[in-house]
Amino acid sequence: MKIPALIAVLLIGIILFWAVEDMPAFGDPDAPANHHVAQMYIERTRPDIGIDNIVTAILASYRGFDTLGETAVIFTAGISVVLLLRRGGEQ
Amino acid sequence: MRENVVIRTVARLSIPFIQLFSLYVIVHGASGAGGGFQGGVVFAASFILMLIAFGLSGIRSRLGEKGAMVLATVGLFIYAGIGLLCTLFSGNYLEYAAIESALGIPHIHAFLIDIVEAGIGITVMAVMTLIILDFADREGMIRD
Repeated sequence: MKIPALIAVLLIGIILFWAVEDMPAFGDPDAPANHHVAQMYIERTRPDIGIDNIVTAILASYRGFDTLGETAVIFTAGISVVLLLRRGGEQ
Repeated sequence: MRENVVIRTVARLSIPFIQLFSLYVIVHGASGAGGGFQGGVVFAASFILMLIAFGLSGIRSRLGEKGAMVLATVGLFIYAGIGLLCTLFSGNYLEYAAIESALGIPHIHAFLIDIVEAGIGITVMAVMTLIILDFADREGMIRD
């Protein structure tokens, strides 16, 4: 067993558990994540877009550019796998 | 694997239902749980089942490497094309509300989201199929 590695792991673990104390409780309405734009999404999805699913509204409409990038990432990953795995063109 | 009657019969029975369910998941994305990513993966799972049951030649006669590559590109271009369509209606890129206000059709925003989800689903399905085809071809494990 490597003593310095163990000490480093324990130290980082203690820091992480120390930080957990400052995190908001699960489902806390006063949490910072529920204050920024979440309220606007819940209120405006129905009049803006006219669909019921708020997750899809954020994914495909409010943050459509992000999802376009995600699709491009999947496409690029597929092309990379093909480039790495496919055999040469001779056979 | 080709002589196993049970696997082939079960696969033949369940593949249409898996594909139908994946289309339901894609179309249902606007009103409930679902979407292009999930539906595309379920559709690719039906192709993986086809590969296990019928071998490489069984899946290549339906969707080969070249076809999957073209489909992956087509799905991405559907998404990007919808974005460009919004600029033609004097909106920003991917601003569906511009098309809605220009044409005056009330529910076209949700319809455009469905088209975009279908594009995502096509790309995810094609990329998953492409990866599994190349793995099966390279490893030499699945032969017919």
